[in-house]
Amino acid sequence: MTHRSTTGTDAAWAAGPTPQAVWRALGTVRDPELDQPITELEFVLDVEVRDHEVDVALRLPTYFCAPNFAFLMVADARTAVEALAGVARANVRLVDHYASSEINEGMSADRGFGASFDGQAVGDDLEELRDTFTRKGFLARTHELCKDLLAAGLTPEDLAGMTLGELAPSPLAERFVERRRELGMPSDPTSPLLLDVWGVPVDPEQARDHLRRARTVHVSIEGNAGMCRGLLATRYAEGGTGDERARGAYDPLARPTTSSTAT
Amino acid sequence: MYEKDGEKYFVVDGHVHFWDASPENQSNKYGRGFIDCFYDYHRNLSPEEWVWPIEKFEKYSEEDMIHDLFETGYVDKAVFQPTYLTDFYEEGFNTTERCAWMRDRHPDRFILNTSFDPREGENGLREFEQKVERHQPSGVKLYTAEWRGDSKGWKLSDPWSMRYLEKCEELGIRNVHVHKGPTIWPLNRDAFDVADVDDVATAFTELNFVVEHVGLPRLEDFCWIATQEKNVYGGLAVALPFIHSRPRYFAKIIGELLYWIGEDNILFGSDYGIWSPKWLVESLVDFDMPEDLVSEYGELTPDIKRKILGLNAAKLYDIEVPDDIPQPAEADDGTTDKPAVPQAMVTA
Repeated sequence: MTHRSTTGTDAAWAAGPTPQAVWRALGTVRDPELDQPITELEFVLDVEVRDHEVDVALRLPTYFCAPNFAFLMVADARTAVEALAGVARANVRLVDHYASSEINEGMSADRGFGASFDGQAVGDDLEELRDTFTRKGFLARTHELCKDLLAAGLTPEDLAGMTLGELAPSPLAERFVERRRELGMPSDPTSPLLLDVWGVPVDPEQARDHLRRARTVHVSIEGNAGMCRGLLATRYAEGGTGDERARGAYDPLARPTTSSTAT
Repeated sequence: MYEKDGEKYFVVDGHVHFWDASPENQSNKYGRGFIDCFYDYHRNLSPEEWVWPIEKFEKYSEEDMIHDLFETGYVDKAVFQPTYLTDFYEEGFNTTERCAWMRDRHPDRFILNTSFDPREGENGLREFEQKVERHQPSGVKLYTAEWRGDSKGWKLSDPWSMRYLEKCEELGIRNVHVHKGPTIWPLNRDAFDVADVDDVATAFTELNFVVEHVGLPRLEDFCWIATQEKNVYGGLAVALPFIHSRPRYFAKIIGELLYWIGEDNILFGSDYGIWSPKWLVESLVDFDMPEDLVSEYGELTPDIKRKILGLNAAKLYDIEVPDDIPQPAEADDGTTDKPAVPQAMVTA
C-alpha cells in the first residue's frame, strides 16, 4: 500500500486520522448538482477508521441517480479523505445503486470514469460536467446574495454599478466570493459585483435579465435539493425500499413463491 | 369535469400509465430497482391517505384505474404515455399493446400514444409504421434514458431519431412527449440536458414537443428553450405533487413556468399510478400564489388553471370541450420582453 499523504507531521501520521477529521474532510465534498456538502445531504452512511486506512460508505436518494455525478462524489470523497494526515488509503464505496459495482471496482482499481464504464463514456473526463454545474451554482449564489439587496430597495442597475468591496460582510457574501475564486473569476474588493457565468461584468441594462435567470437557476437547484432530501428520507425510513432490515434476506432476483396479491 | 366555487374545469390527464412491474414480470435487479424508485416518489410526495401498498403499486387493475381517474378523479380524457423498459421487464413495463388493450375497452376515455427507439434503425422504422397503423395512436412518448443492451440512452438529435421524427410528420403524428432520465450516451454528459429538444423543435416546426416533468431536474434549461420555441410545452407530472408537501416550492416552479413559457404551454399530468388525479386536481384548483410571491409571479387565476387542467391539452389533441366550459383567449405571447437566454448555459 502506498503512503499517499505526506502533508501531516510524523506524529499526526503515526496517530492516524480521527473519525471527526474524516467527517470534516467529507464535509468539503459537495454534490455537484445540488451545491451542498454530502454530509449535510446525509449521503455519508458510514465512516470507519482502521489505523491508516479509512472505509467510507456513501448512499444516494435513488437507485438510479445519475452515475456520472455519483462517480464524481465517490472520487472527491476519496481525494478529500486521502489528503488527511495519517491516511494511507480511503476505500470509498457506493451502496444501493445500480452502478455500485462499476463505480466501486473502478475506484479500487484506480480507474477513471471512462474505464469504469467501458464503452459507455467518451474518455475519462467529467470536468466539463462539473464545470457546468459549478457555474450554475454560481448563478444560484448570485440570486441568494442579491435578493436581499433588491428587497432592501436597490435596483438591478444599482447592483451592476457596485463592487464586491461595497458588500456588507455576511455568510452569503462569503459563499458568493468563494465560488468566484473557485471559478478563477475576479474576487478582489474592487471587482464588479455582477459577473456573468464566464466572469464578464454585467452591463447595467442587462442586470435585470441576469438576475431573472439567476433566480430561475436558484429555484431549480433549491427544488432538486429538496426533492433529493425527501427521496433519501423516504428510501431509508424504516420499511423503506432502501431499508435492508425490512427486506430480511432480500434478493432482488428472487421470484416470489406465491403469486402477488394483485392480479 | 371538476366544479368548485362556481368555476368549471375540463380535465385532460396528459400523462397516465398502465404498467406491470410485478415480480413475475421483473427480469432483473434493475426492474426491481426501477419500481422501488417510483414507489419512493409515490410515498414521498403523496398525502398519506393516497399511499398504496407496494403490491398494488407494482400492478394495479383496470378497475383501480377507471375508478381513480374517471369515477372519482374528475378526468374527462387521459393520455397513455408508454414506457417500454424491455431490458428490465419480461413483457415490458407499459407498452403500447398494454395501453391499447385498455384504450380499446374504454375508447371514449383514453387517448393512446405509442413510442419508438431510434436505435432499432431501419427495421424499427417499419415496425413503428405498422404499430401506428394497427393502434392509431395520437402521439409518441420518448424515453431517452432507456437501456438497450450496452447502450444506456440516446439523443433526440441523433441521425436515426431525426428519421423517426420525419416519419411521425409523414404519418400525421404531431405530439411528441419527451422524458429525460438519468442515463445517456456518452455517460459523461448531463443526461437530463434538454438541449436536443431545442434542436428538434427548430427542425420540426409541425411537431409539438411536450417535455415531461417540465424538464426536472433541469427546470432552468427547459425554461430557456421553451421560451424560444413556440412548439415546446411542459408537462406538469412530478412538479405538481409538490403542491401538497412543498407548496411554496410548487408556487415558485409554476411562477417560473408562467413567466418563461406562459399559461398556454403548460399541461396537467398525474403520472398515474405514481399519483392520483383526484387530490392533484382539487389541490391545484384550491391553490393561490402566496401573497409575498404575487408581485414576482402574478396570480394563478381560474382561467389559467382551466388552461393547465385541460384546455391546452384539448387543443393539442383536438378534444372537444363541452360548451359550458369557459374558453379564455390565448395570452399575449410576451416573448419579446423575456430575457435573452444565455446560449453558453444552454449548450454547456
